[in-house]
Amino acid sequence: MEAAVETKSLSRVFEPKKKKEGKSVTALDSVDLRIEGGELFGLLGPNGAGKTTLLKILSTLLLPTSGKAYVAGLDVESQFSAIRQKINMVSGGEISGYGLLTVKENLWMFSQFYGIKSKVALQRIDEMLKDFGLSEKKDAKVRTLSTGERQKMNVIRGFITDPDIIFLDEPTLGLDVNASRVIRSYMIDWLKDHPTKTVVLTTHYMVEADELCDRIAIIDNGRILACDTPERLKKMVKMNTTLSMDVTRLKDAAVLGSFSGVENFTFTEDGDKGLTRLRFVMRDESGVSDIISAVLSQGSRIESLQKTEPTLEDVFIKMVGKGLE
Amino acid sequence: MAVMNDLRTMKNAAWLGWQMEANWADPFLFATYSIVKPISATLILVFMYMVVTGGNTDNPYFSYMFVGNALYMYVAEVLFGVTWVIHDDREHYMTLKQVYIAPINFYAYILGRSAIKIAITTAGVIITLVFGVLVLGVDIFLDDVDWLLLLGSVVLGMGCICVLGLALGGITFLTARHSIGINEGVAGVFYVMSGIIFPITALPAWAQSISKVLPITYWMDSMRRAVMPDAMAELSTAAATDVTGLGGVSDLYIMVYLAISTAVFFALSLGVFRFADGVARRKGKIDWTTAY
Ligand SMILES: Nc1ncnc2c1ncn2[C@@H]1O[C@H](COP(=O)(O)OP(=O)(O)OP(=O)(O)O)[C@@H](O)[C@H]1O
Ligand SMILES: [Mg+2]
Repeated sequence: MEAAVETKSLSRVFEPKKKKEGKSVTALDSVDLRIEGGELFGLLGPNGAGKTTLLKILSTLLLPTSGKAYVAGLDVESQFSAIRQKINMVSGGEISGYGLLTVKENLWMFSQFYGIKSKVALQRIDEMLKDFGLSEKKDAKVRTLSTGERQKMNVIRGFITDPDIIFLDEPTLGLDVNASRVIRSYMIDWLKDHPTKTVVLTTHYMVEADELCDRIAIIDNGRILACDTPERLKKMVKMNTTLSMDVTRLKDAAVLGSFSGVENFTFTEDGDKGLTRLRFVMRDESGVSDIISAVLSQGSRIESLQKTEPTLEDVFIKMVGKGLE
Repeated sequence: MAVMNDLRTMKNAAWLGWQMEANWADPFLFATYSIVKPISATLILVFMYMVVTGGNTDNPYFSYMFVGNALYMYVAEVLFGVTWVIHDDREHYMTLKQVYIAPINFYAYILGRSAIKIAITTAGVIITLVFGVLVLGVDIFLDDVDWLLLLGSVVLGMGCICVLGLALGGITFLTARHSIGINEGVAGVFYVMSGIIFPITALPAWAQSISKVLPITYWMDSMRRAVMPDAMAELSTAAATDVTGLGGVSDLYIMVYLAISTAVFFALSLGVFRFADGVARRKGKIDWTTAY
């Protein structure tokens, strides 16, 4: 079967505006990716990793610098018109929309650009507004909506055109728990109802990626570091357990990373409470007692201690070398 | 099929433009915008004219100036209008990229959006002219109007200005910046060089030769010939010299000239859009705002 998305050595370099100012940025670096029809695919990566750049190329907003990208088997460079019939894209955290129109009008207008029959569109709008808990706002002017309501409207705008492949750039960014849940379950239901359609999303939220996605690509510095199901990604770090400790009055956290068995070590200071959060990814547990005595020898007090099995976040930390805070 | 789709896009875009321009929620504002504004802009010029000439509006030259000024509003609005549509979608509504990735002909969309601006401006021009005739005695008499010439001038002239506006709008798309500077420059050249409020014969010879290339010069003349033939005859033949500078040019020549200009600018605007589209995608400028 033809892949929903396929890239071959896809690279994108941004040149500085003026030659003298700054260097060029390699936002995507030889990305090879294959996303199958029917997948809910997640791109996970820190700020500046290249997630948005990839989605922009796939949604025909931006051209590759080199390499190839195909959407529904069509070349983004030369067959963009045909691609546009089949896709839609929504970016979270953006407050776009024609403020003078009502929510219904705004959605209706975009549906018309995709040649959807007016009657069908209006019916779909009603249903989706209901699904998203936005029915009351149907006749409200877009400019009167809250940021989250606008974002929900934009997610509806993406689905209302019935795309084969939808690109969602951080669709739940800044939304409250409830709204995020609505959007997530909508995506899942949508794929259940349309098994050949495809969702490609980017996210910062580990839980979202873990619970939602069929497969995840971890991306950093424009490179795909790993690409697999959440389960298998977690198995890759199977040997590792995580030791988390909240301690007070710690003098020097940095020295704690050098014990045997420590694969990765991060710490954050909670200045208000004088609390330090330590987090060790352990290859094996041989070093645990050494760590604890080292903490205690600094005159520090352990407030809480927790040992956990690997999560997606650990996978991420292992791959990228830092957390997603 | 493609044409049908483009027509549907234009229709939808025009609907959107209408929702935006004609803000019926506030009819007073709308009326002010579309009626009072053009008339008051014209009155400023009329007032200056009166001061300079000591209140002599009986002169055919007064009608020449008044009509030229009213029509120039049209030129200016259309030249800026397309650019504003793109600018608004980009910066104000931030919908440019959503519209851009929709499976529509972007050119048709812009044309549809602009159509409403153009229609409202047309209404403003007509209102201004009616005001001039009724209140200030501008020399337009319905019995004398050359309707055929008027129809030809309106269709070809407006077409020409619209495609010129589209070509300029394409540059906005390209630069992701206010191309207002360019538009102002072009509008300024037309204002001075195209016989808007003073005839081109007032210009030095070298400038006149530029004037005689600009399609707006011909449009102004044919529009005046159509609506105020007697006054124009007086200006171009009765005097010892031809004041308008175009007395020897036939109506047919003007029509052909406008038709060719329209075709050239149409091709140019399509070219600019296609080129700008490629550059914008290569540089990633479609969803940029000037805030970047
Ligand atoms: N138009 C542009 N011009 C120059 N550099 C750009 C442009 N767009 C993106 N970049 C750079 O490319 C890199 C990747 O950016 P991108 O927006 O794809 O990251 P991201 O993974 O979406 O990050 P975030 O999580 O913050 O949204 C960054 O270093 C960014 O500064
Ligand atoms: Mg991003």
